[in-house]
Amino acid sequence: MTQMPNLVPAYAEIFLALSGLLLLMVGVFRKTDPVRGVARLAILAFSVAGVLVLTTNAVAVTTFSGMFAVNAFTSFAKLLVLLGGGFAVFLMLPWAKNEGIARFELPVVMVFAVLGMMMMISANDLISLYVGLELQSLSLYVLAAFHRGNLRATEAGVKYFILGALASGLLLYGSSLIYGFAGTTSFVGLASALSSAQENVGVIVGMVFVISGLAFKISAVPFHMWTPDVYEGSPTPVTAFFSVAPKIAALCLFLRILVGPFDDLMFQWRQVLIVICVASMLWGAVAAIAQSNIKRLMAYSSIGHVGYALIGLVAATPEGARGMIYYMLIYLFMNVGTFAVILSMRVKDRYVEGVNDLSGLSKTNPAIALALTVLMFSMAGIPPLAGFFGKYFVFVAAINAGLIPLAVIGVLSSVIGAYYYLRLIKIMYFDEAGEGLDKPDLSTGVVMGVCALAVVVFILVPEPMLAGADAAAAALFQG
Amino acid sequence: MYAAAIFLPLLGAAIAGFFGRRIGDRASQIVTCAGVGLGAVLSIPIFFSVAVGGNEEVVTLATWINSGTFETAWALRFDTLSAVMVMTVTCVSFLIHVYAVGYMSHDDCKPRFMAYLSLFTFAMLMLVTADNLVQLFFGWEGVGVVSYLLIGFWFKKPTANAAAIKAFVVNRVGDFGFLLGIFGIYLLVDAVSFDTVFDAVPSHAEDAVTFFGIEGHALTLIALLLFVGAMGKSAQLFLHTWLPDAMEGPTPVSALIHAATMVTAGVFLVARMSPLFEYAPAALEVVTVVGASTAFFAATIGCVQNDIKRVIAYSTCSQLGYMFFACGVGAYSAAIFHLMTHAWFKALLFLGSGSVIHAMSDEQDMRKMGGIWKHVKVTYAMMWIGTLALVAVPPFAGYYSKDMILEAAYGAHTSVGQYAFIMGIAAALMTAFYSGRLLFMTFHGEPRAEKEVMDHVHESPLIMTLPLAGLAIGAIFAGYIGYDVFIGDGRDMFWRDAIAVLGNDPIEAAHHVPAWVVWSPMVVTLLGLGLAYHLYMRRPDIPGRLAASYPLVYKFLLNKWYFDELYDFLFVRPAFRIGRVLWKRGDEGVIDRFGPDGISASVIAGAKRLGAVQTGYLYHYAFAMIIGIALFVSWIVVGG
Repeated sequence: MTQMPNLVPAYAEIFLALSGLLLLMVGVFRKTDPVRGVARLAILAFSVAGVLVLTTNAVAVTTFSGMFAVNAFTSFAKLLVLLGGGFAVFLMLPWAKNEGIARFELPVVMVFAVLGMMMMISANDLISLYVGLELQSLSLYVLAAFHRGNLRATEAGVKYFILGALASGLLLYGSSLIYGFAGTTSFVGLASALSSAQENVGVIVGMVFVISGLAFKISAVPFHMWTPDVYEGSPTPVTAFFSVAPKIAALCLFLRILVGPFDDLMFQWRQVLIVICVASMLWGAVAAIAQSNIKRLMAYSSIGHVGYALIGLVAATPEGARGMIYYMLIYLFMNVGTFAVILSMRVKDRYVEGVNDLSGLSKTNPAIALALTVLMFSMAGIPPLAGFFGKYFVFVAAINAGLIPLAVIGVLSSVIGAYYYLRLIKIMYFDEAGEGLDKPDLSTGVVMGVCALAVVVFILVPEPMLAGADAAAAALFQG
Repeated sequence: MYAAAIFLPLLGAAIAGFFGRRIGDRASQIVTCAGVGLGAVLSIPIFFSVAVGGNEEVVTLATWINSGTFETAWALRFDTLSAVMVMTVTCVSFLIHVYAVGYMSHDDCKPRFMAYLSLFTFAMLMLVTADNLVQLFFGWEGVGVVSYLLIGFWFKKPTANAAAIKAFVVNRVGDFGFLLGIFGIYLLVDAVSFDTVFDAVPSHAEDAVTFFGIEGHALTLIALLLFVGAMGKSAQLFLHTWLPDAMEGPTPVSALIHAATMVTAGVFLVARMSPLFEYAPAALEVVTVVGASTAFFAATIGCVQNDIKRVIAYSTCSQLGYMFFACGVGAYSAAIFHLMTHAWFKALLFLGSGSVIHAMSDEQDMRKMGGIWKHVKVTYAMMWIGTLALVAVPPFAGYYSKDMILEAAYGAHTSVGQYAFIMGIAAALMTAFYSGRLLFMTFHGEPRAEKEVMDHVHESPLIMTLPLAGLAIGAIFAGYIGYDVFIGDGRDMFWRDAIAVLGNDPIEAAHHVPAWVVWSPMVVTLLGLGLAYHLYMRRPDIPGRLAASYPLVYKFLLNKWYFDELYDFLFVRPAFRIGRVLWKRGDEGVIDRFGPDGISASVIAGAKRLGAVQTGYLYHYAFAMIIGIALFVSWIVVGG
């Protein structure tokens, strides 16, 4: 008789899976306004899952025959993902109402996507990694094409699906190479196998494939091409979700896998990642300049931000890991806030996405203009806003790891990137006022205000926000 | 009391300057006049306590800079020299403040003007009461800035802006010398506080410096550098070009800054640094020659100018020359005495001419005046008083001070002293001539103005004529009252340590010059006045014919010895040319082209190209991914 595995570390995931199923039932059987009810329940489920993560993931343990690991790092990452998911559902509510979309599946699919991400984060084996990844990917494909009557959304969904399948193929192929040459799929096993054995070209090639598959998920150059199209085509709350939760999950997985099983191959993967990192920063900064659609612009912006976060990963030190986690934490607030602004860009009950629709916003709606100004300054990395510290920590980590050229390129590309962030501010404050936007919905306004405020007050109370990240980074390098 | 006298004008300036719009024109005028007026009232007991009573005082306010061995404080030094200056500055400034209320009554920016005037007064007071060279430089630059602001007060006039810039730039030349002088002093004695410097100077009397391989006497070099600063501020020959142009400012400004106070700061500096200059006899000779030459040179130009304010401006330049050569021969006390009397009568002349301009509907050209004395009798009388004081007719103020300067120059019995004496006598002749010419052309003869202008000629209001009367009192009595204590028998008791003279007392020597020396200024003055009367009253046709028969001389003088043209050719245009090359070729052609412009252009081009890669075709995207991974794998396998 086999022994029952220890379920406690996975309580949050189990709870979320059951909630997803339950929500489906609720949606089906609830007659009046199922979207609202399901969405609220989804937020509740995220909150409960968050509490469960906090209570059950404190101690570092593995379960399910070592396929599933929890520690302070994974719990921090999961909380970020849950927060991002919660924000996205919150932003989705008014959008669904305004667009007249009465399909309750949207929040349910988001719940499953978040579940997949949490499994990814906790994956301790190539197999469980792949399962988690696919769960989230499949959910995301559905989300991208959710507005299925819309041609652009359908196109986005198809593109994402095909390219995502290709990326999954790469990942899977890499995993099989690794298994073939190292003889194991377990992270722990791989770590010991790679530290003792001779350098093995097969494993290295496999690792490069795995890296490429993950780079697709975080939309790093040159695996980023889907991003602008999908960001533009997907419904805006889904884009907001795309831009934070999967990125955080994939980056955290990236970090775990590279400093865990592939620690001994650092010399190899660092070369690849430096290229990816530099290319992402520069591409994100330069290509965004020519954009006139704000969602496309945010797509390039997110490519650039992933580049900066990768600096922390490339440093491969506790300091670098900490910098990356800080960066993702701050990025979460900046991005969600910005998407809240984008979601309040409505002219005469119609959503608009043009950069020029913001012109003269400071006169027609000074509160939104101020919020977006704060967020853009933060994205551009201007002190004393949070975005500055995000960049500061990764740059310092890079310098301390001896990667000074990387930090220099980072600074330079953030100068270039500052152009388009500041351009938005210029458009809002100095251009002729257009028609003016409709009054934003309450919840959108709240999210916008909270995020802008978080970005501003970060400098005053960095401790509570950073303490968790410190503990998480420490946990990662213990084993 | 000491600090209040200095800081009340600043307070007035701050209130009028920052809140002028809110409190209104009238309140700004009252508060600035009150600030300076109170300062003037306070300055009188200060003067009696310090200069007459001998209670010298240093009021330390705060530490300014404390860095290593360098320490300098904000401190107000009250000795006889500064007490004289404080009294002169505050009293004249107060009268001019009051006058300005009337003169600027049609202007739209009254609070700003009054604030500048008060700020200037404060800066000037900081300058004269400074206890160290750095603070003196603070005041020095402060008056320079306000002078710039006030010359360009009517900033909508391009000529006013040009004049302001010119004044500032020319003064920078002098200030640079001054700064180098301060550095030199610090290098030599490791201090900037006056007492320390003066105590240390005798022990460094023989020190030499090597500069680019040339060895020179250290104190002479320092004194000359300081004098370059003084030349700039006091518009001495070669650095004088800004002063006539500065007349673009409103007339009260010309009176206060460009006649009575700021331009005399150079003289004050030399007198203040007399313990140092006395150890640099070669420098003193230079001071004498430059001063004497300026006195002569400016007077020649004054003889042919037609703008009433420019005549007085050149006269100021010339009188400053007198003061400098007085310093040069060691008669610092005579120089300060003349500075003090000059402040009264020159301010009077300027304000009087302002009153004339006011009466003539802003006409400044004397050729378009004439015959107005009956309509502006008070102004007319005031101008006569000012003129008599300027040309040194007893018992007016200028007589006492100017004659003493000339006698001291002769009494020095040196070749430069003789040169100064001859130049001074010649200048005195011309002073009398151009002053008479100014009076006769302005007030007498046939009216040459348009009929409407003549119909409008009117006496100025009381608020303008009363200050004139106040200045006239000074112009009449300042010389007589001050004579004994400044340069008479009471002088040693009066000056004490404020002024240092090594060797023979030049004032004493001046009291023992031959009688013809004493009488000659008087004679040339009467000669000059008579000549002016003959040429401009009895035979007004002669000047025109003279100018026609000697066109070269006339043109040479009318164009101010072509200094402006020369400088334009030597400095201004080459500077512009260099600037244009650096701008077009250096900045735009190199730095901008490869720097900001080039980078931004290439970034934009890059953005377009990257945008083009984003085709929207799925197979392109997949291709990019495959190529990417192929490159990575090959690189790792082959290279890593």
